Amino acid sequence: MTATPDDGAPNAAATDLAQSPFLSRFRPRGPVWLATPALFVLLLVLAYPLGIVLWRSFSDPAIGIDNYVWFFQSAVNRAVLQRTFVVAAWVTLACLICAYPYAYAMTIVGRNMRLALILCVLVPFWLSGVVRTLAWVILLQDSGVINSMLRGIGLPPVKLIRTLPGVVIGMTQVLLPFMILPIYSVMKGIDTRLLPAARSLGAQPWKAFLQIYVPLSLPGVYAGAIIVFILSLGFYITPALLGGPRSILLSSLVQNQVLSLLNWGRGGAMGVVLLVATFLLLAIAAPLMRQKHTASRREV
Amino acid sequence: MHASQPSTGAAIEIRKASKRYGAFTALNDIDLDIRPGEFMTLLGPSGSGKTTTLNLIAGFTDITSGTLEIGGKSVTGLPSHKRNIGVVFQHYALFPHMTVGKNVAYPLALRGIKGDERAKRVRRALDMVKMADFAHRYPSELSGGQQQRVALARALVFDPPLLLMDEPLGALDKKLREWLQLEIKRIHRELGTTFVYVTHDQEEALVLSDRIAVFNGGRIEQIGTGRELYDTPATLFVGRFIGESTVLRGSAEVSGDETAMVIGGQRVFAHGRLADGARPVILLRPERVALKRVGADVVAGENRLTGTIAEAIYLGSGSKYEVRLSDGTTAVARSPLGAADFVIGDTVDVTFLRSDLILLPDDASADVTLT
Repeated sequence: MTATPDDGAPNAAATDLAQSPFLSRFRPRGPVWLATPALFVLLLVLAYPLGIVLWRSFSDPAIGIDNYVWFFQSAVNRAVLQRTFVVAAWVTLACLICAYPYAYAMTIVGRNMRLALILCVLVPFWLSGVVRTLAWVILLQDSGVINSMLRGIGLPPVKLIRTLPGVVIGMTQVLLPFMILPIYSVMKGIDTRLLPAARSLGAQPWKAFLQIYVPLSLPGVYAGAIIVFILSLGFYITPALLGGPRSILLSSLVQNQVLSLLNWGRGGAMGVVLLVATFLLLAIAAPLMRQKHTASRREV
Repeated sequence: MHASQPSTGAAIEIRKASKRYGAFTALNDIDLDIRPGEFMTLLGPSGSGKTTTLNLIAGFTDITSGTLEIGGKSVTGLPSHKRNIGVVFQHYALFPHMTVGKNVAYPLALRGIKGDERAKRVRRALDMVKMADFAHRYPSELSGGQQQRVALARALVFDPPLLLMDEPLGALDKKLREWLQLEIKRIHRELGTTFVYVTHDQEEALVLSDRIAVFNGGRIEQIGTGRELYDTPATLFVGRFIGESTVLRGSAEVSGDETAMVIGGQRVFAHGRLADGARPVILLRPERVALKRVGADVVAGENRLTGTIAEAIYLGSGSKYEVRLSDGTTAVARSPLGAADFVIGDTVDVTFLRSDLILLPDDASADVTLT
């Protein structure tokens, strides 16, 4: 896989999302048939199994909503669902805090430095998630690198492995590229000549940045936040390896039901609950994203 | 009301100003005085230093050496947001996430002007550029000309004593450009603000300006009214940059206060003489040239060179001819309606009065820069 600043695959996908074809009105124009191969794959490997899961959640072991009643009656399940959303929110926030200045730096440095920065974003993509997570285990564990360093400078050790903060740290690292790339792809289209224009009108440099640059970068922020949040909700490997019994997320519960207990109905119901919750959240966030006329691209 | 009185223009005084970027000298020791309320155009080819001068005044770049005073105060080290200068850019620079009204209100909001006063001044500024009906539109919904009018309103809404414009009409088509030139002229007359306008279009400079500063290679070649620059250019560069011209070169003989130049075996006389050592050239304006049939009567003080019509162009208001002289030079002549018609291939006398010739020192850079 090769990636250049301008036509990396994840980058292009992110741009699409930022321009929000699926988030704004659906209007087919141009040769729609170009999407046929992708649609075929999506329908086959996504829609069909999803249909089965949905069906099973209402029919396994008996027709009805028993699986859903079970899910919401269990305090543990409700707590895990809530925890899953809270963790996703923290991960999204942490990613945003790291990604925004990083993406901005990418737009202002020279060509070679930009390539280096993009490489740093993309290298983790080439590494298996399991390997990366195991690296985090080494860093975070009680006798790990971080705690050794803390001990070295005379500070008390911190419990990180098998805690929620540990999970958030690990997930943030894995998901960071999904925040950086959409923000960068929007930022690189912002006409930076608007900033001296704002200054000439009387804005201090920081005001010009906050009032002109930041609003124009928001489409990228929204796109990145939604991608990271949704990926966080269904994250499995990292929370499973870094988390403990008190930091179980919904995906682990699903895995437990389906693979350990072979209870496809209950597992399916959990999946459907997660899906519906995600859609609800998107429905709430969509009006935010529908910013009119943020034509931040240069026209001249 | 105190803040919305018509502003009086600020004077600008630039002394021995230079701007260097590493080894490159963008601006080389310029002096420029702009009077309060004046419309001053900085004219020159790209890379001549005119935009650098504008950026120095706006505070976008720092001066390397020399002084710059606006309204009698030195602005060295003063950041652009404290200079209170309106700037209009070629690329409009409207904020795409704000409506037209919000764009124009932005400088007022920064100055803490609120409520009715703000609304009133936004309205007035948009009225001035005839865009009041577009206050709720976004910039992306406007044409280039409309966007530039909004940018003009935004740059003037806070009543700055000085407005800078950097090739504001460069991206627009000819018709629109001509109309907006007149609008800008009208607004300048109404406000009394000092306007500093950067362009590479000499016609635009002539239409708009009280005075024009002609830039070349980081220096100012001449400052003067359009008429002064056209009739009495100080350098060959200015003469060639402003208006059309024919440059005649040949071996010169000086006798007293008269210079004779031998061009293709024929002699042309001009009043005046240049300092010793300068190689003289003769600059000829097309409308000062009269084409005559060979053998026509000679008028007192008239020069004549024989040539062949190489191109004849009918312009409606008259005709334009290109005449190939015997030494290979192409002379341009403009004849008014009713003058004799010639066709390509005719042999003609190119005639012009001694007093209409402009004698200038030769300058190789004038040719290089213009190509």
